[in-house]
Amino acid sequence: MTTTFREAIRAGMREALEGDPRVFLMGEDVGRYGGAFAVSMGLLEEFGPERVRDAPLSESAFVGAGIGAALAGMRPIVEVMTINFSMLALDQIVNNAATLRYMSGGQFSVPLVVRMTVGAGRQLACQHAHSLEAWYAHVPGIKAVAPATVADARAMVLAALEDPDPVFIFENAILYPLEGELEDGGLPLYRAAVRRAGTDVTLATYGGSVGKALEAAEQLAAEGVEAEVIDLRSLRPLDMDTVLESIAKTHRVVVVDEGWRTGSLAGEIGMQIAERGFDLLDWPPQRICSVEVPMPYAKHLEDAAIPNAERIVATVREMAI
Amino acid sequence: MSPARTKVAPALEREHILLLLREMLRIRRFEEKAAELYSLAKIRGFLHLYIGEEAVAVGAMQSLREDDRIVATYRDHGHALARGLPMGALMAEMYGKTTGCSGGRGGSMHFFDASRRFYGGYAIVGGGLPVALGLALADAMQGNPLVTACFFGDGAVVEGEFHETMNLAALWHLPLLFLYENNLYAMGTAIERSQAQLDMELRARGYGVPAEVVDGMDVLAVEKAVRRGVEAVRGGGGPHLVELKTYRFRAHSLADPDLYRTKEEVEQWRTTRDPIDLFVAQQQIDEATLGELEAAVNAELDEAVAFAEAGPWEPVETLEEHVTTPVAP
Repeated sequence: MTTTFREAIRAGMREALEGDPRVFLMGEDVGRYGGAFAVSMGLLEEFGPERVRDAPLSESAFVGAGIGAALAGMRPIVEVMTINFSMLALDQIVNNAATLRYMSGGQFSVPLVVRMTVGAGRQLACQHAHSLEAWYAHVPGIKAVAPATVADARAMVLAALEDPDPVFIFENAILYPLEGELEDGGLPLYRAAVRRAGTDVTLATYGGSVGKALEAAEQLAAEGVEAEVIDLRSLRPLDMDTVLESIAKTHRVVVVDEGWRTGSLAGEIGMQIAERGFDLLDWPPQRICSVEVPMPYAKHLEDAAIPNAERIVATVREMAI
Repeated sequence: MSPARTKVAPALEREHILLLLREMLRIRRFEEKAAELYSLAKIRGFLHLYIGEEAVAVGAMQSLREDDRIVATYRDHGHALARGLPMGALMAEMYGKTTGCSGGRGGSMHFFDASRRFYGGYAIVGGGLPVALGLALADAMQGNPLVTACFFGDGAVVEGEFHETMNLAALWHLPLLFLYENNLYAMGTAIERSQAQLDMELRARGYGVPAEVVDGMDVLAVEKAVRRGVEAVRGGGGPHLVELKTYRFRAHSLADPDLYRTKEEVEQWRTTRDPIDLFVAQQQIDEATLGELEAAVNAELDEAVAFAEAGPWEPVETLEEHVTTPVAP
């Protein structure tokens, strides 16, 4: 069945709400408004205000309440409007959600799912459009995933709810209108996927950049270069085996990551490649990240700040294939 | 004797009085021993003692049921002991032993016990409040007639988390009991230097949360006020707040030189407002009875220290255990 990324997330949440009385959705404007990005539109009418719970602008309290409710047997899905807003809940996330299992010696776990939008491309400027998911992926005790396909948009919600630990789902907002097949490929949550097979260069990326990598791969194919596109899917834990298997074939790799370059996930992935796959490489690993500026508003400046297919193609052309 | 308790048979009444005294003495002696063991480097990290505040935890715990939920602060020894966590497991935790109540991963500030619904000591000031909100939310959604009791101090009430939690608890009418342990200093900052409005009853009313202010050095007064709060919350009255006015006799932690208050001030509290001395005098506890209680507490304490000493160290191979839940391959 063909649907949109937005509707697929809603379908996943609807299935969860129908199937498990412990599941509820909580966040800013998830109910009556229908979600800031219309992801939860209609769920209030189906499930009522207890289970599709509008929370006021109290990110720390409602994310913390998600943690507490998870401790007491519920399966909350907490929606935070954007990753920039999630900074207001960072204490609850890093100091509580990520640590409670460890600091209690394994007595408590926090089966919490937190969803939030990330990414630029909609001219939302300096406080709504960043890709800070690497910060979350840095933290032991939480898991971080990023759907790039319609099928994953649904499947990741359901799989995340099965996990006994806190799972963060990062939704690149440019993907919401994306159309595709809803059916789940059945891939485990924390495994990477090969979205396009190729032999000459590996493009490893996730979320909103997967489509850009696929677009670049098509352009490169016209030039006789076959790129393999890896959708990482999970940012913590990272499925480096899949990346390294690809590099064993291609011997070249470009990591595409919408986060800033310094301290980026791309940096982490590149280092793991250096540690484990140095001998596989015929060319230094490359990365394409966002330019190190707060996200500008003007369209031409924003376009210049984030990765795109042209930058990927230009980078690959320099790699002596 | 309190008029509210006159219906209780005198023997039971006496038994209860001795229980309150024993519980306060357990905390006092435990803390003194912890300080001693800290100076011997048996215990490390930060150590925040509850001495002076015993009546708060002991009085507050009396009306909370076994299945109610407790959220504590980093000054959690008193809360844990009054909740019934075994003294040995607490001591072992501070030693960093595998037999500790958090497997040696939490230490003094992070006591946990799932079996006693003790959801832990939180060391980010105010950080336990949103978690308590969620515990209460889960009970409300599941129809559990339970109370979540959340301790926090005067430092927490100037954090945003306190205000967000008060607002949401009232808005959603949740079974949350706010236990405001006001010991007058947030580390070294006196409440007059951090709170524009010291009247917590007024502030709570601003959120529609009924509040009661009580002398936190009077264990019976604490017990009665918290019982009223618990009954109101359990009865479906939504959140309540009890302010427990108290004072810590020791420095903020053993790393604190205590330069921000005068020795005279501390001495005044110690000599005239000690919750244990006050209770002994009020209840006319005789020397022999007190001696028996002390002996029992000391025996328990010796056993706790022996338990901590004897406990094995967690093998380093387990360092990465409990970060996430193990999954079947």
